Amino acid sequence: MADIASTDAPAAGLSVREIDDGTERLHRILMIGIAVALVIAPFVTYPVFVMKVMCFALFALAFNLLLGFGGLLSFGQAAYFGMASYVCAYAAKFWGLSPELAILSGTAVATLIGLVFGALAIRRQGIYFAMITLALAQMAFFFSLQTPGFTGGEDGIQAVPRGRLFGLIDIADDRALYWLVAAIFMGGLLLIYRIIHSPFGQVCTAIRDNEPRAISLGYRTNRYKLVVFVLSAALAGLAGATKAIVFQLASLTDVHWSMSGEVVLMTLVGGLGTIFGPIAGALVIVSMQNFLASLGSWVLVVQGVIFVVCVLTFREGIVGIIAKWSKRPL
Amino acid sequence: MEADTVLAVTGLTKAFGGFTAVNGVDLAVRRGSIHALIGPNGAGKTTCFNLLTKFLTPTKGSIVYNGRDITRDRPAEIARQGLVRSFQISAVFPQLSVKTNVRIALQRKRGDSFDFWRSEDVLKPLDEEALRLVEAVGLSAFAELPAAELSYGRKRALEIATTLALDPEMLLLDEPMAGMGREDVERIEALIRKVSHNRTILMVEHNLSVVASLSDRITVLARGQVLAEGDYATVSKDPRVIEAYIGSGVGHAH
Repeated sequence: MADIASTDAPAAGLSVREIDDGTERLHRILMIGIAVALVIAPFVTYPVFVMKVMCFALFALAFNLLLGFGGLLSFGQAAYFGMASYVCAYAAKFWGLSPELAILSGTAVATLIGLVFGALAIRRQGIYFAMITLALAQMAFFFSLQTPGFTGGEDGIQAVPRGRLFGLIDIADDRALYWLVAAIFMGGLLLIYRIIHSPFGQVCTAIRDNEPRAISLGYRTNRYKLVVFVLSAALAGLAGATKAIVFQLASLTDVHWSMSGEVVLMTLVGGLGTIFGPIAGALVIVSMQNFLASLGSWVLVVQGVIFVVCVLTFREGIVGIIAKWSKRPL
Repeated sequence: MEADTVLAVTGLTKAFGGFTAVNGVDLAVRRGSIHALIGPNGAGKTTCFNLLTKFLTPTKGSIVYNGRDITRDRPAEIARQGLVRSFQISAVFPQLSVKTNVRIALQRKRGDSFDFWRSEDVLKPLDEEALRLVEAVGLSAFAELPAAELSYGRKRALEIATTLALDPEMLLLDEPMAGMGREDVERIEALIRKVSHNRTILMVEHNLSVVASLSDRITVLARGQVLAEGDYATVSKDPRVIEAYIGSGVGHAH
């Protein structure tokens, strides 16, 4: 037995193990790098811009957790993002909840919707799964359209008060709010990193790689898929609720299917299945929308072209390509 | 039912539309034996196998495992009862390392792993046993490589290590030697013999010399029905078996 093993991979185990430890260290350094960049950012650029990037990056990270690590392609992520946004805005404006409670209630509602939608959708696989998530998200959209008493209809919920964090700290000023958003973003990023590198994450990766085999090992795979679906919905909700406080607005845009498309685009541009890719993707797409805002609707055309080029030429995405060059999982 | 029968199948039937792939198969696998299921191409071996492992639902008939009717159980449930299958196409988790592949199976001992808030460091205590199993199938040098980079024969070896990690009471092997070179066949044959200690094995296999040397009992299927049953000496002399193999024009009856 040993003779076959020793012929063509001398000491392979050792060197790979070293890279493995190095990867862990590299990820830690990158996390610290992102935290440092977030501390510096409000002093060199507009805080609102960075907050927008962070909200969408968290949204994309949640989507990437579902598709990149759970192997589940959902076309209905806007439902969780948008409904959380509405609930948060409504709670802050009409119930007078403090921002942290408003964000939590938005996230909780997104989690519940995720549980119901997920339980229905995971019974099917592949394209059928995607179609069911899209159909359910469309229902959420029409619900929002038909209940102007709750969502404000075409106007949305405007002038949402930012309030006082924990009833104490005034976050009406962008700079003050910035630290709250940065903390939520870093918390979300670290949580997702932990989920991926947990015993649960290991089983999810196994299911993504080979579901029949995971079943034959005794894993009830649908339950794992449901948990990862709900986690993703909850984090998408956290992003949507935070966004409502940042922009003081919840609108039909947040729950529209094009929002589901946008998060797919961000994740693909950044690098599907990478850890940091969605952040890069959100940064690129949000920057583009900002700097090309003068083009009006033509931004969509530019986005479409980028999407096509991305899929045709570099499917690994920005971070995926860097990871390939450096031969390290990022 | 005899007390030492671990798996008892009666009247197992599976029809796909108008085609009956498996037709009234009876099978009794004795505890601790190596039982082989053979037959010419299209005899219904793989369908039969998928029925036993619950990846297909039978049209008629019953499957009793350890005195318990498992005919309507889900695949994950029977795996939890110690009846674990392998696959014909090598079944590994390609993007996970060889060690992690085995560890995924060992993780089952923890029960369900829904703890997404814990670090994977809690799995470290399983590494030692994972590496021991990896060594047992001669893959120590590849322990940290992604399974995708293994050769075909080594993937099969990894699959066996993963299956053994569950410490199953009964193994269902779907063509363990398919697509293997001679030296791999000898290695896996030795491995199967080694792991058959204290376990029951039911395998579908084309390689008749492997079947001859490993099996205690052989069931021959043809056109979805049991044609003959007995040890290799009995079965190989059975004129109906010889007819079925030669009649089907398949040369591998050597």
